[in-house]
This record gives sequence, structure tokens and C-alpha cells, in this order.
Amino acid sequence: MLAVTDIAKRFGTVRAVDGVTLNVAQGQVLAIVGESGCGKSTLGRLALRLIEPDRGTIHFQGEDLGKLSPRALRARRRDMQLIFQDPFGSLDPRMTVEQAVAEPLILHNIVPRAQVRDRVADMLTRVGLRPELATRWPHEFSGGQRQRIAIARALASGPKLVIGDEPVSALDVSVQAQVVNLLQDLIRDLGLTFILISHDLGVVRHIADRVAVMYLGRIVEEGSTAAIFTAPRHPYTRALLAAVPGQGGAAAPLEGDVPSPSNPPPGCHFHTRCRFAQLRCRVESPALEAGVACHFADSLPPPAAMAEAEPGGARLAQLQSFFKEARP
Amino acid sequence: MVLAIDDLTVEFATDRGTLRAVDGVSLAVASGKTLAVVGESGSGKSVTALATMGLLPGSARIGGRIVLDGEPLTPERQRALRGGAMAMIFQEPMTSLNPAFTAGEQVAEALRIHRNLPPRAAFDAAIAMLERVRIPDAARRARQYPHQFSGGMRQRVMIAIALACAPRLLLADEPTTALDVTVQAQILALLDTLKRETGTAVVLITHDLGVVADHADDVAVMYAGRVVERAPAARLFAQPEHPYTVGLLGAVPKLAGGAGRLASIAGTVPDMRNPPAGCRFAPRCPFAISRCIAEQPPLIPITADHATACWRAPLSQILEAA
Ligand SMILES: Nc1ncnc2c1ncn2[C@@H]1O[C@H](COP(=O)(O)OP(=O)(O)OP(=O)(O)O)[C@@H](O)[C@H]1O
Ligand SMILES: Nc1ncnc2c1ncn2[C@@H]1O[C@H](COP(=O)(O)OP(=O)(O)O)[C@@H](O)[C@H]1O
Ligand code: SF4
Ligand SMILES: [Mg+2]
Ligand SMILES: [Mg+2]
Repeated sequence: MLAVTDIAKRFGTVRAVDGVTLNVAQGQVLAIVGESGCGKSTLGRLALRLIEPDRGTIHFQGEDLGKLSPRALRARRRDMQLIFQDPFGSLDPRMTVEQAVAEPLILHNIVPRAQVRDRVADMLTRVGLRPELATRWPHEFSGGQRQRIAIARALASGPKLVIGDEPVSALDVSVQAQVVNLLQDLIRDLGLTFILISHDLGVVRHIADRVAVMYLGRIVEEGSTAAIFTAPRHPYTRALLAAVPGQGGAAAPLEGDVPSPSNPPPGCHFHTRCRFAQLRCRVESPALEAGVACHFADSLPPPAAMAEAEPGGARLAQLQSFFKEARP
Repeated sequence: MVLAIDDLTVEFATDRGTLRAVDGVSLAVASGKTLAVVGESGSGKSVTALATMGLLPGSARIGGRIVLDGEPLTPERQRALRGGAMAMIFQEPMTSLNPAFTAGEQVAEALRIHRNLPPRAAFDAAIAMLERVRIPDAARRARQYPHQFSGGMRQRVMIAIALACAPRLLLADEPTTALDVTVQAQILALLDTLKRETGTAVVLITHDLGVVADHADDVAVMYAGRVVERAPAARLFAQPEHPYTVGLLGAVPKLAGGAGRLASIAGTVPDMRNPPAGCRFAPRCPFAISRCIAEQPPLIPITADHATACWRAPLSQILEAA
């Protein structure tokens, strides 16, 4: 569905994306994870060619997006959509819900004018909103509802590929769970290919089929979700997973800060914080081979097992089953 | 107890009527302990902390009692102790650091005011404090301005300012929410160490249950301005006794978890200008009975240190009946 090859993008001296190659198969959910500033959003925008790469190619359904005329690219946009983090910023305050969801339908001539209203009602129902709300304004809705509207708008043109850039990060836990469930249902029901950009590893584990881990503009590890979470190979992936709270706080935290992306360390970008770094790491940049970019991936000690406690046991699970049944 | 809050209420006058942001909250923290306050945005966590510090706007109407080290906190006492015996750190350090002064000057300022140190000695003590919060090359960094620090480093500077005068009480309001997980782990480990060394009582406001599990001794769960459950942290996770806590625990996607549906809580938090008459969680609660809609449940102890505000507690009754 999507093939990104050796793509790179600089902003001034900042190397936001620094030679990334990625493939996403039809119907797959790929998560891109990593710390703030590592280039996730830039990579997402490059993949949709919302910004121009400095080098590299993007093929969408076999077609080189770099070779499309602006007009042809615009027409292609109905198949590729983006959902943003901020449910407050991503909707135009001067558009009613109906106008917001109808805009892509009209822009891409998805349905005859006379059917636009029905199609909007359809989309709203799909994301769990009552169609009567169509005439309201964005400010009349809560954060979770606004994110549902943004999702309805993104899905209105019937896209095949959707990128969600931190689509649930701004939401409170209980509302976040509702939107996570909704996204999962939509991905399954509509057969979407989905790229999830997220720093929440719990959400990633829950939704994604594959995971790509980024550090300072590069992918350091890529693999199936199960492999990344149960047998992480790259030292950075291990450190990232170990830092997620709720595991007993046993792991020694990763030292130091992420280095500046305008002046990344030579060799392996991670060597300044890596407990396994050796001389070679400081001079030679490891290539992403067999899903991991580390000179010593094969000789590292096995990763610590994840020790997430589930102390509530059967009683808690039984009590929680009442919540699962009580759907709005 | 270092801090004891008893039946705190806070009201704000808004153009659409009175908003009771905090409604009868009681909390206590002992020396060297961490009390986590969890709840969704708008549940009253920050207002509770700001009321303790005396930092609410003058328009806020405050009721109840706040006692620090056995003595009630009056506005005068709050002013005198703020930054000294009690300190607060915020989610976004940039908003509370002064961009016009160096990190060292800002730490030193607290020491001059509350410890009466002369400027030179205060600055040296500030450098020592920056070293304690593990700012590398502290002597040089002390002469730099906030914009020259990363987010994690700024939060360290904030912690250095807050802890400079060895406060009895530290209120940390989402201190790591804006930070990446790796930096969050560093900051929380640092807070734990400093707390052990100084015996400071910590109130840690967070919405992250993982943070609670790793760093709190006790937990208060807030919902719509009220404490709905209070227990030692281990007990809360092992045997939650409030339906909201149960739902919250199910709504968090687990790192070790599979792909099933999350146990999401239907609906949204109530409008605090017009909260439900009975239990505030009743509109979203799968266990609600008619009493829940009519009568507000009080926070009642189930064991010596575990209290819940639910008419149907202990919840095992529900499972036995089903
Ligand atoms: N100065 C103010 N004037 C009017 N209302 C206020 C004021 N400060 C807070 N509130 C209201 O009080 C309620 C509780 O606010 P508070 O900030 O304590 O919640 P919180 O749980 O800490 O939320 P968050 O997690 O978003 O910070 C909210 O409804 C908020 O809008
Ligand atoms: N328009 C821009 N101009 C200058 N720098 C940018 C721009 N967009 C992103 N960057 C920089 O590129 C790097 C990667 O940014 P981004 O892709 O947004 O990371 P993430 O989404 O992981 O936070 C950051 O250092 C960021 O500051
Ligand atoms: S009092 Fe009733 S509505 Fe409130 S939490 Fe308990 S069962 Fe649910
Ligand atoms: Mg981003
Ligand atoms: Mg707050």
C-alpha cells in the first residue's frame, strides 16, 4: 500500500528525518513511536507528501507520489487522510459539524450534492455521534466528541490510508478508551491501512500490528508488535519500554537527554546514552538490517521481562465486564 | 500528618452561575510519604493544590480547613511559608520559571528569602542544589537562562527551587505530564530519592495510574470535585471499591495487554455548574440503583485505611448477586 524509500527532510540545520525506509501493507496498522522531536510527525507528513522530501521516494499503491502533478496529487488526497492530536485546533471554528464533514465529500465529488447530507449523517453515526448534532459548532462539543468529528471528517472521502498523529493523546483516560475502541472498530470494518503516530506504548500495543521505533530521525527497530514488546532488540527500544511506568519502577532510567537534532552524535545516534556502546558505535552508523539498527543486536543479553502487575485479578475483570456491556 | 485537608470546598463565580470545583475534599499526607491524587481533567486536583498554597484568585470562595504541621493555614501563613516550608511544581516549568533570571539566581532567590542567606552564599548553595537534582556541570549551568535548558532540565531546575529550602510539603501538579517517558522516569526517581533524604511529604497529582503504582504510598481518586476513593496504593490496585476506579483501571491500555476492547466508561464527566444530584458518577455507572440518583454517597471507611463513596460497596456484593 505504502512504500517509503530512503526519505530525508531537513529544516534548517535540523535533520528531522534522516534516511527512513518503511513499508505498510494493505489493511495493516503500523505504529511509529519515539520521543518528542524524533521526527514522527515529519515522517507522517512526508508519507502523504504534505511536505516535500529532500531526497527519497514515496510510492502509494504502486504510484510514485513525487511524479504526480499537483492536480493529480490533489485528486489522490481522497485516498490518504490525516487525523491530528488536537481536537481543538483541527476543526475550523466557523464551520458547523455538517460543513466540516461535508467539505471533503464536496471537494472530491464523492457523492452527488443531494446525498451529501445523508452521507454526513452516516459518518456521524459511525463515529458514535447523533446525526441531530450536525448543525452545531465545534465549541459546543467536548474534546472526545471533537475528536470523533475530526475522525468522521477524515474518513468521509473513503480513504484507504489514514495517518493518526497522536489521535488520542490529548484525551482523558476514560474518553481515550472510547476513541481507541472506535478507531479499532473503524480500522476493522473499513479495512483501513493505518499509521498510528503515538508516544503512548499501551495504546500502540493495543492497536498496532507492526511498530517502527524512531530515534533522532532514524528508525532503529521495526517489527511485529508482539516481537517489539516481548523481545525488543535495540537498546533504545528496551530503554523506552522499561521507562513506561506501572512496572514496579525497577529499571534504571535512561541517563541524559535526547541530543539536539541539529547536531546528532556521529556513528550510532544512540551511543551517547547506550549502556552497551563500544568504540565502533561512536564512528560507524549501523544500518537497519533484519529489523534492527545496532552493531551488537545479536550479542546483547536478553531483555528484562516486562513485569506489569495485574493485582486486581478475576474480581476486577468481572467488575470491568459490566463496563464493556454498558455501551452508550 | 504534615498536611491535613478537611472538608475543603472551592467555588468560582462564572457568568453561567456558581461552579463548585472542589466539594468537600479531605486528604492527609505524612512526612516522607507520597499521596497521589488521580482523576480526569477538571476533577479539581489543581484547585485543591492551589487552595493549599493560597494561590487561587481572590474571587474564589474557599471553605473548610487546611492544616500544615498541626496549625491551620491562614492566608498570612500561606504567604510566609510559600516557597519555604511548602512548595509547588507545575506541569509546564516554563510558565513558572522567570525567563529574565538565570537558573542559579532563581534557586538562590528562594534561599535568600526563606533562609536569610547573603547573596554569595545563596548562589553557592544554589549550585549545590542544582547538583543534587543532577544537572551536569551545575556551576556553568547555574549561569544559564531557562530557554537554554531542555524540558527535562527545566523541570529539574523547578524541583531545585522547590526543594531548596527543604520544604515540609511538596505539591507536584502533573510534574512529568509534558515530558517523554524516559525523562519522566528520571524525574520521578529523583523526586523519590530527594523525598527519602529530606522527609518531605509529597502530593503527586497525576492522571497516570502507572505513575501511581510505582511512586505513591497512598492514593485519592477524584471525580467531579470529590474524593470517591482513598486507599494505600497497593490496596487500590488489588481491590478497588469504587466503580469509577474500576472503570479507570480498565480504560488504560496495558503494555502487556492483548487486543480486545478496552473497558471504556461511557459518557463524559458532568458539567460542574450543574452536577447530578445524587452520586456524580451515577450517569456513567453500570451499577447505579435508584438510591444513587437520589442521594449523594458519603466517603465511608471499609477498612481502617480504605474508604469509598459508593452506595453499593463493597463491590463483591454485586458479583455475588449476579
Ligand atoms: N480561576 C478559575 N475560574 C473559574 N473556574 C475555574 C478556575 N480554576 C479552575 N476552574 C474550574 O475548576 C474545575 C477544576 O479545575 P482543576 O484545574 O482543579 O481541575 P484538574 O482536575 O486539575 O484539571 P486538569 O487535569 O485539566 O488540570 C474545572 O471545572 C475548572 O474549569
Ligand atoms: N516547520 C519546521 N521548521 C523547523 N523545524 C521543524 C519544523 N517541523 C519540525 N521541525 C523540527 O524537526 C524535528 C522533528 O519534528 P517532528 O517531526 O515534529 O517530531 P515529533 O512529531 O516526533 O515530535 C524537531 O526537532 C522539530 O523541531
Ligand atoms: S453510588 Fe451508585 S452510581 Fe455511584 S458509584 Fe456507587 S453504584 Fe455507581
Ligand atoms: Mg509530533
Ligand atoms: Mg490540573
